[in-house]
Amino acid sequence: MEFTNILLLILGLGAFAYYVGRGRSLAIAEPLGGIRHLKALPNYYGLNALLCCALPALGILILWVILDEPVINSLVISGLSEELRPTNTAAHNLLLNKIANLSQGMVSSGGQDAELIAAAEQMAQYKVISGWSLMALCLSLALVGLYFAWRKVDAEFNARRGVEQVMEYLLLACACLAIFTTVGIVFSVLFESVQFFRSVPFFDFVFGVEWSPQTAIREDQVGSSGSFGAVPLFTGTLMVSAVAMLVAVPIGLMSAIYLAEYSSTAVRTYAKPALEVLAGIPTVVYGFFAALTVAPFLRDLGADFGLSVSSESALAAGMVMGVMIIPFISSLADDVITAVPQAMRDGSLAMGATHSETVRRVVIPAALPGIVGGIMLAISRAIGETMIVVMAAGLAAKLTANPLDSVTTVTVQIVTLLTGDQEFDSPKTLAAFALGLMLFTVTLLLNIFALHIVKKYREQYE
Amino acid sequence: MDNLQKIRNSLKRRSRSELRFRWYGRLAILVGLVAVLLLFVDIVGKGHGAFRTTHIQLEIDYDRDLLGINNLADKVELGMANWDALLKSSLRNQFPEVSSRRDKRKLYGLVSNGAGFDLKDRLLEKPILLDQRETLWILADDDIDTYYKSWLDGEPYAARLTDKQVQWIQQLHQQGQIELQFNRNLFTRGDSREPEQAGIRGAVIGSLLTLLLTLILSFPIGVAAAIYLEEFAPKNRFTDFIEVNINNLAAVPSIIFGLLGLAIFINFFHVPRSVPLVGGLVLTLMTLPTIIITSRASIKSVPPSIREAALGMGASKYQVVLHHVLPLALPGMLTGAIIGMAQALGETAPLLMIGMVAFIVDIPQGFTDPATVLPVQIFLWADSPERAFVEKTSAAIMVLLTFLLIMNISAVWLRKRLERRW
Amino acid sequence: MNQSASASAQKAEGTLKTTTPDNLEIDQGQTTVGVSFCDNAKMTMRNVNVFYGDKQAIHNISVDIGKNEVIAMIGPSGCGKSTFLRALNRMNDTVDGCRVEGEVCLDGDNIYAPNLDVVELRARVGMVFQKPNPFPKSIYENVAYGPKIHGLADTRVDLDEIVENSLRRAGLWEEVKDRLFQPGTGLSGGQQQRLCIARAIAVSPEVILMDEPCSALDPIATAKIEELIEELSQNFTIAIVTHSMQQAARVSHRTAYFHLGQLIEVNPTEQVFTMPQHQLTEAYITGRFG
Repeated sequence: MEFTNILLLILGLGAFAYYVGRGRSLAIAEPLGGIRHLKALPNYYGLNALLCCALPALGILILWVILDEPVINSLVISGLSEELRPTNTAAHNLLLNKIANLSQGMVSSGGQDAELIAAAEQMAQYKVISGWSLMALCLSLALVGLYFAWRKVDAEFNARRGVEQVMEYLLLACACLAIFTTVGIVFSVLFESVQFFRSVPFFDFVFGVEWSPQTAIREDQVGSSGSFGAVPLFTGTLMVSAVAMLVAVPIGLMSAIYLAEYSSTAVRTYAKPALEVLAGIPTVVYGFFAALTVAPFLRDLGADFGLSVSSESALAAGMVMGVMIIPFISSLADDVITAVPQAMRDGSLAMGATHSETVRRVVIPAALPGIVGGIMLAISRAIGETMIVVMAAGLAAKLTANPLDSVTTVTVQIVTLLTGDQEFDSPKTLAAFALGLMLFTVTLLLNIFALHIVKKYREQYE
Repeated sequence: MDNLQKIRNSLKRRSRSELRFRWYGRLAILVGLVAVLLLFVDIVGKGHGAFRTTHIQLEIDYDRDLLGINNLADKVELGMANWDALLKSSLRNQFPEVSSRRDKRKLYGLVSNGAGFDLKDRLLEKPILLDQRETLWILADDDIDTYYKSWLDGEPYAARLTDKQVQWIQQLHQQGQIELQFNRNLFTRGDSREPEQAGIRGAVIGSLLTLLLTLILSFPIGVAAAIYLEEFAPKNRFTDFIEVNINNLAAVPSIIFGLLGLAIFINFFHVPRSVPLVGGLVLTLMTLPTIIITSRASIKSVPPSIREAALGMGASKYQVVLHHVLPLALPGMLTGAIIGMAQALGETAPLLMIGMVAFIVDIPQGFTDPATVLPVQIFLWADSPERAFVEKTSAAIMVLLTFLLIMNISAVWLRKRLERRW
Repeated sequence: MNQSASASAQKAEGTLKTTTPDNLEIDQGQTTVGVSFCDNAKMTMRNVNVFYGDKQAIHNISVDIGKNEVIAMIGPSGCGKSTFLRALNRMNDTVDGCRVEGEVCLDGDNIYAPNLDVVELRARVGMVFQKPNPFPKSIYENVAYGPKIHGLADTRVDLDEIVENSLRRAGLWEEVKDRLFQPGTGLSGGQQQRLCIARAIAVSPEVILMDEPCSALDPIATAKIEELIEELSQNFTIAIVTHSMQQAARVSHRTAYFHLGQLIEVNPTEQVFTMPQHQLTEAYITGRFG
């Protein structure tokens, strides 16, 4: 691939630059009486040369690779005559695909529009020109950089400072990647959601109770025959999460209490890691377990009792999700419980309280903020969980309060909307982004709040 | 002393309450452990059978006329050769009494659809076999496999077989010509519509490539970010903002990263769908916060006295970090990286978003070949109705869990081995 | 202050031995000098040994604590005073690997008997710790905690009464009566310690153990608490561990000198500080070590 070739070339030049820079610094040092008289160690001069040579060229390379296709595509399209110009994004992509296939010889050119063939040839030409100019640009940048760096090698030049300054920027860039990710998430989700809210009004979406995202395939019927009321999704998500928390909180909390306060070290060394295993199991395995074992079991059990339990019940999905969340709550609770100072326990025990009274009335209330924060993080996890519900919960959006029914959740709908055969811009797929926006906002708020509480609590005892 | 009397009166109730409380705690732990056990027993119980699959012993006559081949080196001839004919003739020889068209079709259905290609591989491996005979174990069809295994277990499941087919199988069994052998296809083939030919190799290689990319990208960037935040960042609002961001990203649902990948990498940058490249990029963004947080923790654990000693000798801040802090913090960082990779290995939802739901048969060779990963393969197989796929899915889960177990154990071992006591 | 001044005076006059003992180690068979035992004792200890794992912290101590007496325990750091105190209400049970041998009796009953309910013991023998440790609850709830769990109050009115009484006896009522429902942790150090004392008193114990109650407090707060101890001694038996000899001299009736886990001397306070019987005691109070 062109990219790898140029990349290797730049890296090779960089290595050469290092060698040259270092060599020159050693050469300069000799008449002065040793490297001691240089402002920096020789390999810093070499590094400096490497950075001056490789970095600008690498930057241009990455930029070029990113912008290459869009630029060529728009050039080719603008070169087409009026009638062939595509009118919307779908036709746009299709046309480009066609031209690209033609230019790569993947489709026989017989019987195609002459203009298209010409456009295809043009595209091929552009690609060749782009390739060569990229190579030339990178090469020249690298050589220029190398020359300047070589010139700069001097006893007075503190190469180390320069190198370290560049390193600091690189480190900063890495740290900022986190911000870019968040910005990227917000931007991408928001952008698509805004487009969605153009065809489906916001209030209809958030407060509507009818969810059947079927849209006609013809463009002029966009949005008219589908309803995108997301309330059943919200209630479904809440119900499954509620079942999950009902399972996870008592079990997680009580096991944390027992392990932290009562158990012998032997039990703790074995039981704690065993419970942690639950945290390491991939959610797709839980989903499989829920769909193929738990759900049929519950359905048959319900039948024995005369209850009609759906084979995709919220109960099955919720129970398995709860099991998955147990270690989450248990380890967070364990941390905050052990952080409560022993002096407090001693004060209670010395007054003749039993151990459980001390735990229930002194330790837990003291640890409560941390526990609440942990539970909120767990809720956030439950709401955002995907695989278990995709495999074990249903697809039909039902507004119900019965956990034995099948419900669907926000995450399930996101998956089904985006893994079907849909073109990208239809309201159906954009709805997935709108749902994603809701999900992201809710979990973000929960997380910020929870982390804030846990941090405040930690400060209290440290 | 009626106070003392009151206290004495309360003792019984309180000690009962204490006992109850302890039992609740024990019960909770028990439920958790039982859940773990149940999960494993269920998966292993369902999956262990998949490692062996039914083979039928037949005598194959590599008759060149039947095949239609004169020259083994001719690719066209090879492509057009009729391998199934060999199998059909062999089956007819085995059961000469079968006459009607329908029965014959059922007879041919005893062996797998792809068994012909196995013969082709065999012949190419040993060209001398042309015009020779050989006794081979041929892969049976998945319905046969399901029936045979369930019959051996004592609960025969013959729903998809005709009575005649059951009869033939019994006959083969009595003659010792049908048995369970190690299922090589599971580990050497990629996905397939036919359960008996489906394997996890494609998914495993895909996972490997994706994880490799994730590691190459996330570890250096994560460590660099952690170093910046711990050692160089000034204490201002901007740095706090970065920290809050990182902590939040670590708790964002994974599916959101999938949406991000879809919108930005695939739609904006036009990275091809369902390739390890985009999978690796998405998983990098997901794993980055975890690696940053664990790396920061291990950098923090290096005592300031070492830093001060180095600074006192005139080292620059970078030299202190590079020569002193980093080597000492590295074990903790590696442990964190392994754990991050283990999490990334099990991730499914974001990869579904970037298109890995496709049916990929070929084994991927590079980062831009269409691929799938093991968890997604499990997800796809879990949807298939055939019983044989249930077995395969469970077996794939066992393989996945084994990988994860190895990774987690090595992380713990690494931590213990390189732990320092300050 | 007076006692050690007189001790120095006596030293100057030559009635006290002036040499530091050559050897601060003591034999195992050392017997306690002085008045160890008394009639009508509230708590009696016979041949008590306390071990932390293999290490022995308390060596064969036998002593009585009299009813409504204030006994102070002094001695250099690390010589087992706190350990001994904690053995009196079985708080050592909460420490892993701690073993107590011997007999400790409250009103004649051995508190280490296997069928003895520790909960009841600790209601009868209360404890105040070195660092004030109020619960993160309101002042009212802190004091009400004990009565509530032991079922001492039948109605809310009874509870209010108990809380008020305890706070009054601890000398805290006037200061907090208007803010009973504010957190106990919001009080000053001295107030918190008095709160802890009020909390301990609220269950009407018979004995109160105090483990260096004033060491974290300023002199004014310390003085208040010492006054309190004197008042309390009219109704409670008090055993107080203290690092300050002056404090021991101020508040206690008898003083016990501990040295490296052994009880060296128990005598009326005034005697310990003016004419100590044992040379180690004397060396300690005159400041030659510790």
